[in-house]
Amino acid sequence: MSLGARPRGSAGRVTLVAAALLVLLALAAGASLAVGARAYSLEQVWRALLDPTAAGDAGVVVRSRLPRTLNGALVGAALALCGALMQAATRNPLADAGLLGLNAGSALAVVTGIGVFGLGAVSPLSWFALAGAAVAAILVHAIAARGAGGATPLKLALAGAALGAGLASVTQAVLLRGQDELEAFRFWQVGSLAAREPGQVLVPGLVLALGAGLALFCSPALDRLALGDDVAASLGTHPARVRGLALAAAVLLAGAATTIAGPIAFVGLVVPHALRPLVGNRQGVLAPLTLLAGPVLVLAADTIGRVVAPPGEVPVGVMTALAGAPVFLVLIRLTGRGARRREALA
Amino acid sequence: MSGARSAGRARRAGLATLALLVLTLLAALARLALGSRIATPADIVEVLTGGGRGALRFMILEDRLPAVVAGVLSGAALALAGGLFQRLLRNPLASPDVIGVGYGASAATVVGLLVFGLSGPALTAASLLGALAVAGAILAMASGRGEMGTRLVLSGIAIGAALAAVVNLLLTRTDVRSAADALRWLTGSVSDTAWGALGWLAAALVPLGLAAAGLTRPLRLLELGDDVARALGTRVTAVRVGVVAVGAALCAAAVAVVGPLSFVAFMCHPLATRLLGGRGNLAVTAVTGSALVVVADVAATHLFGIGNGVPVGVLTGALGAVVLLVLLSKERGRA
Repeated sequence: MSLGARPRGSAGRVTLVAAALLVLLALAAGASLAVGARAYSLEQVWRALLDPTAAGDAGVVVRSRLPRTLNGALVGAALALCGALMQAATRNPLADAGLLGLNAGSALAVVTGIGVFGLGAVSPLSWFALAGAAVAAILVHAIAARGAGGATPLKLALAGAALGAGLASVTQAVLLRGQDELEAFRFWQVGSLAAREPGQVLVPGLVLALGAGLALFCSPALDRLALGDDVAASLGTHPARVRGLALAAAVLLAGAATTIAGPIAFVGLVVPHALRPLVGNRQGVLAPLTLLAGPVLVLAADTIGRVVAPPGEVPVGVMTALAGAPVFLVLIRLTGRGARRREALA
Repeated sequence: MSGARSAGRARRAGLATLALLVLTLLAALARLALGSRIATPADIVEVLTGGGRGALRFMILEDRLPAVVAGVLSGAALALAGGLFQRLLRNPLASPDVIGVGYGASAATVVGLLVFGLSGPALTAASLLGALAVAGAILAMASGRGEMGTRLVLSGIAIGAALAAVVNLLLTRTDVRSAADALRWLTGSVSDTAWGALGWLAAALVPLGLAAAGLTRPLRLLELGDDVARALGTRVTAVRVGVVAVGAALCAAAVAVVGPLSFVAFMCHPLATRLLGGRGNLAVTAVTGSALVVVADVAATHLFGIGNGVPVGVLTGALGAVVLLVLLSKERGRA
């Protein structure tokens, strides 16, 4: 393995990984444009992008898939960066928007928007999703941080799961009252990259960019936090302030992603874990790379979902969960084994 | 352990059990009496002893009484399942509904309902199989050397999330009426329960309850730490597997009949522990579960909405979030 010659996190190795991710991203985006009810070759896709009028029907179809590919790239980048950020800020390798109850918060807020305020349009609903995610994040973190030991990984995961279940039961109560709410909600909750036109993505895109900027700005401070709160404080970092900033960035990212595509689980969890063995744990290196790797996963899941069960499509939120759960299970086993090996060495 | 203290504890447990039983009885009487036609206590006694007139007799025996019995049995089963898991994993939050066993039943039932068009006993069997399959999968994932608790919880959460995705997918692949039916089941309800299913649940509860009682002592030894338990002659792994299997079977049996009543398994053991002044007792936990579900069912049927009210699962779920907050803030006091 040529990678093995270079130490983790060295500049050469990071460049290599980044270049490989760029190639994968180009392939995933090409596949996302080419595959569907009508399939085209990558060459046809390329020609259609350069000159849509000359390419005939391929030009029309490929152009119509362009917004979906763009949404997938945005959502993947936001969720993956959000996951890396939450994992670093909570020092919890299992943090993720879905596991920590953010999606349940969004769902309840969206159902409230449909049911109580009679909203049907996607645009106002998305602001409910963002607000719901923010409230849920604050609640889950506040609950888990109380008690002995602070916000340990187990307490955060359980508080998120439990609060998520509680919020979900209120959501169900609203859904049981009326079929209109259920009709709108059941399609929202499986996620879709095709729900939004490019014009509608502008505002969530700006929120996303703000969150991403904040996340990248936090990265060096989070690296210092990884040394322990006391060491970080002696280096001039304010741990509570950095965590608060990171959580705010995470809510902006997760909220923007949910706004664009609905609740999509596991991307934020899996992508940072897949990258760490390649480039190490440094947030300053990891965070920018998640912006490339996240879109690869989401675009691939969405593209597979289109063809895996014809004639219908499997929604992207379902595909990422079905593909993400086995990965997560393997990770649990591997990290358990690693911890035991370290214990044995100590 | 002094004799006086243990006698005091036994008295407190007896008092708590008595109070919970009285509460359950009052709620049961209210559930039997209220409805489109109000029954007086005299009517209820008359019907239950075999007399009574046509319509009211039918309402009580075929509608209200099954709901009460379903509440008592499923509440006890879920609470006991939760208590077993929480004590084994030494974490008040690690109940079977949170860690995925309930999702197994949900996914299997929704598949049976929407894909194969099952109903009645076949649907019950499907949800039972689903819950047991997930329990087996979680156990297999978490087995092996080293600390089991964290891996069990996290494997359960992951499997639960994947199954939830399947349920969500199926809800979009059907018409909105069937989706509403499935959602109603997913919320959990004790009304419209058939006597046959209840007999089956009662029959399952007897051996499982006895097994839980038999596991109480080894479980208490495990709480002293694995090494101490091993030194005292406990087969640690066998006890763990036994507790998870009995707990999962209890949860599966209840969920198969009344649906995944959210948070009953989660909150009853902590509530009972608080009632007893900080020392858990699984028998009191089971009685707490019965009381909670029957009381919640009266409230859900008659206080909320019109007509048939809301399914009891809505009420138990909302209560759970509140209990969670109280629990975690109490932990601070102890630290």
